[in-house]
This record gives sequence, structure tokens and C-alpha cells, in this order.
Amino acid sequence: MPKKEKILLKASIACAALFAIAPVSNAMHIMEGYLPARYCVAWEVICLPVLIAGVISLRKKVNENRRNLTLIAMSGAFIFVISSLKIPSVTGSCSHMTGTGLGAILFGPSAVSILGIIVLIFQAVLLAHGGLTTLGANTFSMAIAGPLAAFGIYRLCEKLKVNRKVGIFLAALLGDLFTYCVTSVQLALAYPSESGGVFASAVKFLGVFAPTQLPLAVIEGILTVVIVIGLETYARPELKSLGFLGREKEAK
Amino acid sequence: MTKNAKTVILLLVIAVLIAVIPLFARKGAEFGGSDDAGSVMVEEIHGEYEPWFTPVLETALGGELPGEVESLIFCVQTGIGVGVIAFFMGRFVERKKWMKKLGTDSETDGEQTDDCD
Repeated sequence: MPKKEKILLKASIACAALFAIAPVSNAMHIMEGYLPARYCVAWEVICLPVLIAGVISLRKKVNENRRNLTLIAMSGAFIFVISSLKIPSVTGSCSHMTGTGLGAILFGPSAVSILGIIVLIFQAVLLAHGGLTTLGANTFSMAIAGPLAAFGIYRLCEKLKVNRKVGIFLAALLGDLFTYCVTSVQLALAYPSESGGVFASAVKFLGVFAPTQLPLAVIEGILTVVIVIGLETYARPELKSLGFLGREKEAK
Repeated sequence: MTKNAKTVILLLVIAVLIAVIPLFARKGAEFGGSDDAGSVMVEEIHGEYEPWFTPVLETALGGELPGEVESLIFCVQTGIGVGVIAFFMGRFVERKKWMKKLGTDSETDGEQTDDCD
């Protein structure tokens, strides 16, 4: 196992290096070629340690109990489904959700970064949606920052003894919104507006994304709660082996 | 359980409503992607902007992915996801049934790995 682990780690580093060297392409939310090269590289470098931590964390979870694999696959699949659904929003444009909240709540933010980047690569290569050059930036916003926010909020709600379903709802909702906030800031950093600088620019980008995303974030929250209810009903052993249900009891 | 079922149905109805209402509320709106709106914004702030890299696939195709094919690939993506979730969910549901039959409550966890290979 350790040998395999090493190989996997090396492979991931090689892949990451490849992405960092290759002209970076579009990420999921930022279109291909829309970020200047140095930003692309910078974001990728920032993502790298998290991705490696993610690989290690996933390996550890699978080694602990092979059962965890099922839930890992399911949260990955959840991201696949959720991020493929383009949903019309009140602003008259369509957007899609991230779906990373579930994985973040179950496995922690670093593990989700791997699941997220798989989806991002799928969409960048096959759908020209996002892109390979912007992969680093998009990974950071969707697969790292969003899940981190979701995870933090979920834990906070747990501490504050908020109803758990409400906590999950809030975590998924705010995680989704935060993803788009980060995307706005990323765009703003690359394109500060002439009059107001980075901040004014960020507000502008946020103005485009936020109203569209808000209803979708609510939907994402709802769907995440629904799937957690389903898992709690039928997959108790798995959730327990993850420590997910155990923690709940302590919190209550 | 029934309470859960009710909650789930209610939540799903709300989710569908949120998704569908804009279609009727904003008749005639284009419903383009907001990711594209982002690139429009870039041009507004930055002036003309020529993306310096085109998607690999578009380079290979020498043009944009046809809309129908794009929706096909999106469907494939959804299908993969739904397939995986449905498969495992189905197994969980069945497992719960026979666990009840055996009298072992679903609380038993631990070393048994026969339901996961």
C-alpha cells in the first residue's frame, strides 16, 4: 500500500506539474484563455499542496475502511450530476451549481479537491467549459475555497448546535456562493477596473454572478440535504465508519 | 421515516419550483450561461479581450462544439453521476431490507465487508 501510495502521489505531482507547465487552459467558471498566464500558474501552484493533501486524505480514508470508497464515489457522482445541471435563474441567465458541499461535509475539504478537479478536467476537455489554462483558478474556487467554506460552516453550525439539516443546508448554500465570490475576486485580480482597482472590479463581477447564483445555491442546499437524508436512512454503517453520525450524537 | 419522506418531497418540490419559476417569470429572456456573462464583463472592464488560449477540443475541431453535442456530453456527465448514485443507493436500500430480515439492525457495522467489494 505505501508503495502504491507513493506512486499515486508522484503521479499526481507529475500531473500537477504538467498542468502548471502546459499553457494553462480554462477552468470551469473562468473561460479558457481569460486569465493571464502568470495568474493561471499562480493559482495552480496554490492548489497543488491541497490536492496532494487530498490524495493522502482519500488514501487514508480508503485504507481505514474500504467501505468509505462507496461514499467517496457517491459524493464524486453527486458533484458530477449537480455541476452538469444548468438551471435558469431569475436574472434571465443560466448557471450551474457546484455540488461540492456534500463531499466537504462528509470527507473534509482536502479530499473534495480531488473529486472536484476530476469534474473540472472532464468539463474543460470535453465541453470546453472552463478550461485547462484556468484549471488552477477554477480548482481553487470550486474545489478548494467552496468546500472549505462549506466545511467550516457545517462545523460551526455543529458547534452552535444548530439543527443538523439546517447546518447542512447552510453549508452547501454558502459554499456554493463562496465559490462564485472567489471566482469574482480571481477575475478582479486579473482585471482590476481602471477607476476603482481590484475591489470595484470584484464588485462588478460579483454583480454578474451573485444574483444568478443565489437561487441555485438554495437549490444546491436543498439537494444536499435530500441526499444526506437518503444516506442517513440507508447507509448508516458507512456514515458511522466515517465518524459522520457519531459526531452528530456528540453535537446533540 | 414517513416524516423524512415528507420532508424530502417538500424539499424537492421547492427545488423544482425555484428552477422553473424564472422561466415563466422572465419570459423571453435568453438564459445564456453566466460564465459567458463573466467574459462579457471582462471585455467591459478591460476593453477588447482576445482569449490567449482556445479550448483543446475547439482547436481539434477547428470550431465550437455543436450545441446538440454539447448537451449530449452534459447528459453523459449527468448520466455517469446518476448511475453511480442510483447503483449504490439501490444496494443500500436492499441491504437495509435483508438486514432487517436477519434481525440484525442496521446499527451493526464494524468488520463485515461483504456488502462492499
